[in-house]
Amino acid sequence: MDVMPKWADVILIPLISILLAAILSALVILAIGESPWAALKLMVDGALGSTYGWGYTLYYATNFIFTGLAVSIAFHARLFNIGGEGQALIGGLGVAIICLFIPWPHWSLALLGAAIGAAVFGAAWAAIPAFLQAKRGSHIVITTIMFNFIAAAVLNYFLIGALKAPGMEPATPKFPEATHLPSFQDMFNFGETTFFRGAPANVTFFVALAACVALWALIWKTRLGYEIRSFGHSESAAKYAGISPTKIIMVTMLISGALAGMMAINNVQGEAERLVLNAVEGAGFIGIAVALMGRSHPFGVLLAALLFGFLYQGGAELALWTSIPRELIIVIQALVILFTGALDNMVRMPLERLFLAMRRAKT
Amino acid sequence: MDFATLLQMLDATLRLATPLLLACLAGLFSERAGIFDIGLEGKMLAAAFLSAAIAAVSGSVWLGLLAGIGASLALSLVHGLASITFRGNQLISGVAINFLAAGLTVVIAQSWFRQGGRTPQLSGDARFNPIELPFAEALQNVPILGPIYYELISGHTILVYVALLTVPLTWWILFRTRFGLRLRAVGENPAAVDTAGVSVVWLRFAAVGICGILCGIAGAYLATALQAGFVKDMSAGRGFIALAALIFAKWRPWYALYACLLFGFLQAMSLRSDVIENVIGFQVNGQFLDVLPYILTVVILAGFVGKAIPPRAGGEPYVKER
Repeated sequence: MDVMPKWADVILIPLISILLAAILSALVILAIGESPWAALKLMVDGALGSTYGWGYTLYYATNFIFTGLAVSIAFHARLFNIGGEGQALIGGLGVAIICLFIPWPHWSLALLGAAIGAAVFGAAWAAIPAFLQAKRGSHIVITTIMFNFIAAAVLNYFLIGALKAPGMEPATPKFPEATHLPSFQDMFNFGETTFFRGAPANVTFFVALAACVALWALIWKTRLGYEIRSFGHSESAAKYAGISPTKIIMVTMLISGALAGMMAINNVQGEAERLVLNAVEGAGFIGIAVALMGRSHPFGVLLAALLFGFLYQGGAELALWTSIPRELIIVIQALVILFTGALDNMVRMPLERLFLAMRRAKT
Repeated sequence: MDFATLLQMLDATLRLATPLLLACLAGLFSERAGIFDIGLEGKMLAAAFLSAAIAAVSGSVWLGLLAGIGASLALSLVHGLASITFRGNQLISGVAINFLAAGLTVVIAQSWFRQGGRTPQLSGDARFNPIELPFAEALQNVPILGPIYYELISGHTILVYVALLTVPLTWWILFRTRFGLRLRAVGENPAAVDTAGVSVVWLRFAAVGICGILCGIAGAYLATALQAGFVKDMSAGRGFIALAALIFAKWRPWYALYACLLFGFLQAMSLRSDVIENVIGFQVNGQFLDVLPYILTVVILAGFVGKAIPPRAGGEPYVKER
């Protein structure tokens, strides 16, 4: 069955896919009359050339780790959670309520409270589509898309209503000082030299790393993870083994929604320190690209999230210094999703043939 | 609410329902053939951009329409390659197409026109202009029917009438022709179609192609008839509302018309919140009306009001037995 060695499947195919995406992106840059090489240099300088750039890259990567993990766990149960965007928005609502209405004595407790709030709100937003899939058989992709739009409306309703700060802007008041999460600038300040000055990366990055480890353990070291994976491989076999599909769908989607929601502690509590409209800015969708590239493995997700963090920060620099608009990153993101997700077989089939030929030549 | 306001609202309904209807029928062809398409949004957006760009450059809206259809067809081809030829995940391919269109339109528009990701304003022959139906002016003063004919039925762009005519045409193709029978069969049981000696791949590509053409017209309508030029993200979720309408209509052409008119009416209402306030006596949140299509669709999907059963082979690539 296994035509290719595992390393080819895990490393070679994603690498070829991203290379194809990169080549096409370079062609786009050429077509609009800029130099791809100069653009790449500018992106590397902007995103990785200073601790400031790194601070932004890691901040974006933190968002993408959470949403990438959210999509990954759902993929393991062969569910496609396209609703990370909405779940992260509603998670932000949870963070805002926790931070605004509870007088926290210390940031560490506030972080814990906000994480729970974000996870519960995000999970609750995923629960209804999950229930409809498990009990009513309505397609989870469609319902989660619909719930993204409904989430945006719910958020808007609260931001012009109950949670609105005085003034014109639809946003909550600034969170109290005690909920301020230590940024990398606070943490890596050594007297005369301050690293990460002015960058939004904060302690949430370590929460994201912990989430990667926890999810890895959950998927490969626990009974629940085994059940989720076997359900994903074959629903009928899982059923035969006494695994309840309803339970797996519900639990997987709750975990997925909770992870997507937890992104909000990074962007809402960590960076903005208040809740604004459209706080997620598409990170929920980037989670899809991250999960596909990372082959739904937490370590792969971490690497892919770092890559997309780099692309995001580099893209912002490009938009600042050249005439290439920020939307170029969306094109790259689309190409990554296309090649690693939809056109996977296009890369895989010739490669499998190649490995088969090599094996025949050997024997 | 007086009669004239009602007519205005219904007139707006028709105009706003048109792109939904075209996109919905596009999705109908694709999904009836077993190819899920959540890339309707992206195809509309790409078509809107290219039609506006070509119309602005050439001055001819018809060339623009052709270019828009071309752009949409190109994305359809990508979707077909991914989901039919390479048997990839149709949903992921749709997501990729949406982002590809969202990104590429702005990048190209910016480098082409340098107006912050929009195309120049269209006017004159570079736009679809309203057509006056015969006798509309003369019959205007006939009570009741006169204003209905003049305000509501006459005075739309040609694409509105094209969209309305596409409904019976779709019904006829799907339910009265051999091609339609095969197309529906390939969405329910592709193996049976294959056994009968008809090419599954060809049929599905044909369906995806028709979907591309209709999405192209829908996009061109947005940029050259409903509005005068392309702006960033101008499809504004219409592709997803069309998808919702398709489920609401349970994948049937006439019901698609009713669903799109209903959703178009909701959009028209959210633009005229003053009218609603006058009629029902209290203010309704415009956001609520905007998301009502999605909420209604979730309710339908939940199976509380009838059951929406999609084509059985939808979303699954067909692997020929060897």
